[in-house]
Amino acid sequence: MSYEPFENIVARHGPTVLRVCRAVVGPAAAEDAWSETFLAALRAYPELPPGSNVEAWLVTIAHRKAIDQARAAARRAVPAGDLPDRPARDGLPGAGDAADDLRAALKKLPLRQRESVAYHYLADLPYAEVAAILGGTAEAARRAAADGIAALRKSYLHHDEEGRAS
Amino acid sequence: MMSANDTPGAAELLAAFTGDEADEETSRRLHARLVAAAAQTGILDVSYRTVDSPVGPLLLAATAEGLVRVAYAVEDHDAVLSQLAARISPRVLAAPARLERAAHELDEYFAGRRTGFDLPLDLRLSTGFRRLVLAALPGIAYGSTASYAAMAAAAGSPRAVRAVGTACATNPLPVVLPCHRVIKSDGTLGRYAGGEAAKQTLLALEGAA
Repeated sequence: MSYEPFENIVARHGPTVLRVCRAVVGPAAAEDAWSETFLAALRAYPELPPGSNVEAWLVTIAHRKAIDQARAAARRAVPAGDLPDRPARDGLPGAGDAADDLRAALKKLPLRQRESVAYHYLADLPYAEVAAILGGTAEAARRAAADGIAALRKSYLHHDEEGRAS
Repeated sequence: MMSANDTPGAAELLAAFTGDEADEETSRRLHARLVAAAAQTGILDVSYRTVDSPVGPLLLAATAEGLVRVAYAVEDHDAVLSQLAARISPRVLAAPARLERAAHELDEYFAGRRTGFDLPLDLRLSTGFRRLVLAALPGIAYGSTASYAAMAAAAGSPRAVRAVGTACATNPLPVVLPCHRVIKSDGTLGRYAGGEAAKQTLLALEGAA
């Protein structure tokens, strides 16, 4: 049984979960993913055992919602990972070019790498927790995140240099 | 435990993203959407908001049945919300619009334009004799007072004067259920959940003191 008002959970973890959603499903679908995640979390919240890692619990729900979204998208025969760039619709007035570049680079990562990077570096979950969410071993999650970061660094820095050269 | 620094440069690389905090407008929109979806699917068990008043900020909380709690700042609003989470349900969200009518009636009351409340109430936080006492409180007219002894008699147990005091002290809906109108037989005000000064303010507002 959990006795902390759910409002506190939204206030404490809402921003992190939104960052994770933006990284994994992209900015356009992130608000739907966030909303479905927190509605499902609110429903299950009274049964959450005391002492649970709330952030890992929320990221686990967000992960399942992202899978559901991808399946629904596949059923609608829209190729996954082929979302159009719509920066103007994202409602991110503060986001600069660097964030846009990083998003573009993230979108090109294989899903497993993108998830590992988001869950470890944005949600700050240890690799054991990341592995529990994704399946596989902690070591595999660590490798996927490292590969993701390496690929991001390469494409992001390359992009950055091109930008400066032009 | 691994930290975000176990790959050198990763934190810097992601800085552009992690600096991408949800702006306030986005947070408000997402929160409103969550409240609406939760209410629609019947899993918003407790809604709350605060209102300003001459007796300080008041916390208002409601279930689907009605207003369930009014709390003074001295009761510690965070502590009260935790109690509601424990006693009713932890599905508690700030949802000001769902308490609009209660807030409006309280505004009118504090402006001297309302002498009684017409709100659905949820009395689940009070049981037994205490609940009988609470139910009798609206019988004390605006602008008048009654003694603890008279209330004990009205609740059908003339000797239960102390129990009436306890019922008033634990009234989950102060102001709305007017326990401030119950005073000692010697004319002194007696204790009040919002403090004696708040009791004095309410009675003065009603022209009873």
